Amino acid sequence: MSSFKVQYAIDGEDFSIAGEASRKLKKVLQNLGVDPQIIRKATVAMYEGEINMVIHADGGVIDIEITKDKIHMFLKDRGPGIPNIDLAMTEGYSTASENVRELGFGAGMGLPNMNKYTDYMNITTEVGVGTTIEMIVNITQ
Amino acid sequence: MKLKKVIELLDAKKLNCSCDDEIEVCAACGSDLMSDVLAFVKDQAMLLTGLVNPQVIRTAEMMDMKAIVFVRGKTPGDEILTLSDDAGIAVLSTNDPLYVACGKLYAEGLR
Repeated sequence: MSSFKVQYAIDGEDFSIAGEASRKLKKVLQNLGVDPQIIRKATVAMYEGEINMVIHADGGVIDIEITKDKIHMFLKDRGPGIPNIDLAMTEGYSTASENVRELGFGAGMGLPNMNKYTDYMNITTEVGVGTTIEMIVNITQ
Repeated sequence: MKLKKVIELLDAKKLNCSCDDEIEVCAACGSDLMSDVLAFVKDQAMLLTGLVNPQVIRTAEMMDMKAIVFVRGKTPGDEILTLSDDAGIAVLSTNDPLYVACGKLYAEGLR
């Protein structure tokens, strides 16, 4: 396998279908024969990111490149941006609405979980412009 | 613990086609917060929840969970059951509240 690229457009209008892109990535990785533990790390991180894009940013685009060594994910949105990344990375801190919490999210674990399950994560954000999160999950340790 | 034993302990109903009595669950997690579930790292796990929406199935699927038990008699609709069958996840329903259901399973050794 040299390199495999996929792109998913994330619909920010419908919370009920949030996570579909992560399901598709899981199937792609299974078809490529990636180790199940690595698949879980990558898809959970992407799922949290996908949920965040729907909850906070009216959707966006996720670009993924899979090589023999790593799964490289870029999650881009044109949402409100993150005013304080350190605060956003704190477990339990959330700006999600009550409506989102009733759906089981907004517990302030999204970004911490993404960081926990990836080998590299970098957040680039500008208030009023949007956020890009780059994540890498290594396939070969 | 076999799914058959879970059904017996919780007097649970099978709700979809993926409910095989011989499914082995080795751990369980009780929560209505899906991000807390996503932080739970154990293999062959089962989710107990009172939350009913498609994200419950997607969360369990991302975590490679084998089964979901909806507590307090909650019964998901066809869309959720179809989604769970697509993911190969067994779905049960019990009248027990979350705390009681977790307690019964814990007392029988499921951690």
